[in-house]
Amino acid sequence: MAARRISSLLTRSLSASSSASASLLSSLGTNSCRNGSIKRCSTAAALEELIFPPVQISYTQNLIDGKFVDAASGKTFPTYDPRTGEVIARVAEGDAEDINRAVAAARKAFDEGPWPKMSPYERSRILLRFADLVEKHSEELAALETWNNGKPHEQAAKSELPLLIRLFHYYAGWADKIHGLTVPADGPHHVQTLHEPIGVAGQIIPWNFPLIMFAWKVGPALACGNTIVLKTAEQTPLTALYVAKLFHEAGLPPGVLNVVSGYGPTAGAALAGHMDVDKVAFTGSTDTGKIVLELAAKSNLKPVTLELGGKSPFIVCEDADIDKAVELAHFALFFNQGQCCCAGSRTFVHERVYDEFLEKAKARALKRVVGDPFKKGVEQGPQIDSEQFEKVLRYIRSGIESNATLECGGDRLGTRGYFIQPTVFSNVTDDMLIAKDEIFGPVQSILKFKDLDEVIRRANATRYGLAAGVFTQNMDTANTLTRALRTGTVWVNCFDVFDAAIPFGGYKMSGIGREKGIYSLHNYLQVKAVVTPLKNPAWL
Amino acid sequence: MAARRISSLVTRSFSASSSLSASLLSSLGRNSSKNGGFKRFSTATALEELIVPTVQISYTQNLIDGKFVDAASGKTFPTYDPRTGEVIAHVAEGDAEDINCAVSAARKAFDEGPWPKMTPYERSRILLRFADLVEKHSEELAALETWNNGKPHEQAAKSELPLLIRLFHYYAGWADKIHGLTVPADGPHHVQTLHEPIGVAGQIIPWNFPLIMFAWKVGPALACGNTIVLKTAEQTPLTALYVAKLFHEAGLPPGVLNVVSGYGPTAGAALASHMDVDKVAFTGSTDTGKIVLELAAKSNLKPVTLELGGKSPFIVCEDADVDKAVELAHFALFFNQGQCCCAGSRTFVHERVYDEFLEKAKARALRRVVGDPFKKGVEQGPQIDSQQFEKVLRYIRSGIESNATLECGGGRLGTRGYFIQPTVFSNVTDDMLIAKEEIFGPVQSILKFKDLDEVIRRANTTRYGLAAGVFTKNIDTANTLTRALRTGTVWINCFDVFDAAIPFGGYKMSGIGREKGIYSLHNYLQVKAVVTPLKNTAWL
Repeated sequence: MAARRISSLLTRSLSASSSASASLLSSLGTNSCRNGSIKRCSTAAALEELIFPPVQISYTQNLIDGKFVDAASGKTFPTYDPRTGEVIARVAEGDAEDINRAVAAARKAFDEGPWPKMSPYERSRILLRFADLVEKHSEELAALETWNNGKPHEQAAKSELPLLIRLFHYYAGWADKIHGLTVPADGPHHVQTLHEPIGVAGQIIPWNFPLIMFAWKVGPALACGNTIVLKTAEQTPLTALYVAKLFHEAGLPPGVLNVVSGYGPTAGAALAGHMDVDKVAFTGSTDTGKIVLELAAKSNLKPVTLELGGKSPFIVCEDADIDKAVELAHFALFFNQGQCCCAGSRTFVHERVYDEFLEKAKARALKRVVGDPFKKGVEQGPQIDSEQFEKVLRYIRSGIESNATLECGGDRLGTRGYFIQPTVFSNVTDDMLIAKDEIFGPVQSILKFKDLDEVIRRANATRYGLAAGVFTQNMDTANTLTRALRTGTVWVNCFDVFDAAIPFGGYKMSGIGREKGIYSLHNYLQVKAVVTPLKNPAWL
Repeated sequence: MAARRISSLVTRSFSASSSLSASLLSSLGRNSSKNGGFKRFSTATALEELIVPTVQISYTQNLIDGKFVDAASGKTFPTYDPRTGEVIAHVAEGDAEDINCAVSAARKAFDEGPWPKMTPYERSRILLRFADLVEKHSEELAALETWNNGKPHEQAAKSELPLLIRLFHYYAGWADKIHGLTVPADGPHHVQTLHEPIGVAGQIIPWNFPLIMFAWKVGPALACGNTIVLKTAEQTPLTALYVAKLFHEAGLPPGVLNVVSGYGPTAGAALASHMDVDKVAFTGSTDTGKIVLELAAKSNLKPVTLELGGKSPFIVCEDADVDKAVELAHFALFFNQGQCCCAGSRTFVHERVYDEFLEKAKARALRRVVGDPFKKGVEQGPQIDSQQFEKVLRYIRSGIESNATLECGGGRLGTRGYFIQPTVFSNVTDDMLIAKEEIFGPVQSILKFKDLDEVIRRANTTRYGLAAGVFTKNIDTANTLTRALRTGTVWINCFDVFDAAIPFGGYKMSGIGREKGIYSLHNYLQVKAVVTPLKNTAWL
C-alpha cells in the first residue's frame, strides 16, 4: 500500500487542551499547577502539519517458507498511524492455521536442513550479510518504524537502526563460538557436552521496539542454528516483514525464519501451545506471559523465556548530581513515550534533595518536545493506539483521585491521534495505583524517601524486578543498592544502556531468562552430555 | 519407631508363581517360553526369611526452621516396607499450612540471613562437614534407604551413599567458585554481571533415589546461597529427614533447609504455586511436571526445572560387543527394579545380531537375582508400592495382549510385597504401549532394526528425550548417532554413568534444564547486570 498524504490532522490547539486539564484538576482540588504552569507544558507541540513518511509499504502478507502468502482464512486486519489513528495498510491476519503452516515449514527446515547442517561460519556470514542489507535500507526502515509505531524518527534512525545492525553483528560473531565443554569424570570415562540448537523456536514480540525486539529474539536463535516462527504484535507488523525479506535476500534458506502477523489469542496462543514448537520466547505484559507459560505447560513443556512488565525504581540519593539525575530520570521514564518495560516509573528522591529535584523534573517535563515524530527535534510522539492511550489517561485520573499532586501535564494533546502531555506527579505514595501498576505511558511518579534501608525495602516491594536506576557519587551506597535491589539490571548513574553484550531480563514476575549477551544463547541451546569409556587413559 | 522383626512374609514358592504366569501366557497363545524356560527363571529368589534392618527410624516429623515439628493438622500418614507392604512408621503429613510455615522460615532465612551473608567459603565448609557426617552415618542411611525403598542394600551402601557424599563434595567446591562476568561495552561504560542466589527454592523429589535426588536438588541450591523447602515423595520420606538433621549438625542455620513430608496434590501443589517461592525444581512424571509448570505460570512465574519421564533407546549396532551390550542393556533397564527415569526401555538391536542378543538377554534376565534387598548378592528388590506394582503388571499384560513375545518373567514373584519377575519381551513394535510409555519396572522390550537412519527416526519418535545408549565400535556410527539422537545424555558403550560433573536432563517432554555439573548452578542463580559510566577510561 502506498504512503498517503496526511496533513492538519491535529487541529485543537495545545493551550485549549491544557486549560481543559487545568480545570479538571482544580475541580478536584489537588492541582499544584496553577493556570500559568500548565500552559508552560505546551512548549513544542507543532502538530498542525504532519510530515509525509518517505517510505512505501511493500510487505503485508505472512512470510512462510520463504514466500509471502495471504492468510489461510484470506482475512486481513488494519494497521495504523498512531499520529492520526488512520489505517495505513491492511495486513494478512494469521491465525492457528497459518501458525501450523509456518511451524511445518520451520520444522522441515530444521529437521531436513540445510540450515542446521551449514557450518557455523556460513550461518555467521548470512547474519553479517543481513546486517549489511539493513544498513543499506536503514532510511526506509526507520521511516516505516516511526510511521507504524509513532516513535520519534530521529530515535529510530539514529539510535534503533544502528542498534539493530550492531546486534546482528554481535550475534553473527557468536554463531561460530558456541562451545561445549569437556568434563572431568569420576572414573575412566571421556565426557563432553554438545550445545545443540533446540529446534523450532516460537517467538512473540511486542510493539514498543519492533525492530530491536526482532533482533533480541531472532539474532540468538539463528546464531545457535534454530529455525523460527515469529509472531509480531498486531499494532506493528510492518518492519519485521520488511527485514525478514532482507534476511532471505541475504541467503537465509526458506523456512528458517517465518513471520506471521496476527493477534495474541489466535496466532500467539497457537504458537505457544504448539506441540511441534521446541521453545517459546515472549516479550510483553506479565498477564500475557502467564498465559504463554501456561500454554507451554499444557502442551509439550517447551522451555519458555519471558521478558515482561516492570515498575522499576529510579533512586536519587542525597549526594547525587541532581541535574544529571533529573535529566536521566526524565529520560528513564519518558523515553519512547514511556512505553518501555524497564521505564524508571518510580522516581524515589531523597528528602534532602526532593524539592530541588521536583522543581527541575517538572521544568524538564514542561520543556519536553511533543509532536509529529517525523519532525526534527521532537522528543515524544503519540502512544501506540487508542487502548494504550485510554489506559494511560485512566492511570492519570487514578493518580489525581488518589491525591497525588499533578505537577504538569495530565491530559491528551491535540484532538487526533494518541498524544499525551508529559505528566509529572509528586507526593506519590507506595499504595497508589500509579506507584504499583505498569502505566506504560509518559507519566512520572515522584516519591520521597529518608534512608537507604527504607528505599531498598520500598523499591523491592513489588511483584516486578526488571531494572533499577541508582544515582549516587558514593561507592558504598552504590554497592549496597546494587546488591540489595532485586532486579535484573542496575544502572548506576546511567539508565537504558542497552549494549549488545549486556544481559537483560527480570527477577520475580518481570520474567524468566536473559536476553542479549552470552546469556541469551542459553535460551536457544540444548545441552547433550556424551560419555564414552576410556581404555588405558594417560590421565583422568 | 523401632525396627521390627519381619520374617517369612513371602511364602509362595517361586516355581508356583512361574507356573501361574506360564499358564496365563499359554492361554493367550503367544508364549514363546515353554514350561521349561519359565522354570529356569527361578534362580535365586530366597524370599522366605527377610532380614531385619539394622536401623532405627528416629525422624518422622517435618523439619521446619531447624526444628522437628508435627504437621499443623496433627495428621500422619503411613510409610511402608515394600518387601511386605507393611507399615514401618507414621510420618507427619504436611499440607498447604506446613508448606506456608516452611516457606516463611526459608523466606526469613534468605531475607534476613545469616546464610546468604556468610562468605561462600563458610557455606562451602558447612557442605563439607555435612558430607563428613553422611559418611559417618552411611550404614544407617543405606539401611534406611533400602528399608523404605526396597532397593538392594549393596547398591545403596556401596554405590548411592558414596555418590551422595561425592555430590556434596562436588557442590561444596562450587560454593566459592560462582563467578559473574565483566562484559565488553559498546561505549564508555563499565559493565559486570553478578550471579546472585535466586531466593527460596521449592524442591520436589521422587522416591526412586531419595538420597541421590536430595543431593541433586539441595547441593546446587545451597552452594549458590539459596534457602530451601524440600517436599519428599510420600513413599520415601525417611532418609531426607535423617540427612537434613545431619545438615543442621553440620552448622546449617535454621530455616535454610526445611523438609516437609506429604502428598503432591496438597503439599507439592502448595509449594509449586506459592507466591513467596522464587524457584521450583521437580523430578517425577511428565504428567505431574506439567501441573507443576502450570502452577508456576498461574502464580508468580517462578522459573521451573523439570526432570521427567523417559523412554530411552538403547541401540545395539551390528558391530557391537554383544556380550557387553547384553550386560549393559540388562543393567540399563533392570537397575533399581527398572525404576529409573533414564531406563534403557527400548532395546533396539540390529537384525544381524538380534537372535544372539535376544538369547543372551533372556538368559541374563533369567539369572537375575531377585529377593530380599538386604541379602547379599540380590540384584533386584520389590517395586516401590502397590500402585506401581499393579501398573507394571498391567503393562506386562498389555505387552502380551499386543502380541509381543514374552521371553521370560511376566508375573509377580511370591505372594507378599511388590516383587516382579524380570521380564523380557521380544518382537516388540513401535506402536505397542510397552514401546511407547514409561513402564518404570523390570520389563525389557527388545526391538529389531535394519539400518541407522531407520533406528534414528524410530528412536526419536517419542515425546521423551532423556537419554540414549549406543553400542558400536565404529567411531563414525557413534558420532552420527550422538548428534542425531534428541536426548540429554548419550552413553556410548556404557550406560548410567552418573558422575557429579556430567549434566543430566531432558530434551522435549523429558524436562527443562540440567542438573549436576556446572549447568546445575544456572537453575539457582539470577543474573544481575550492573552498569556504570566510565570517565577517562584507559581502555574500552
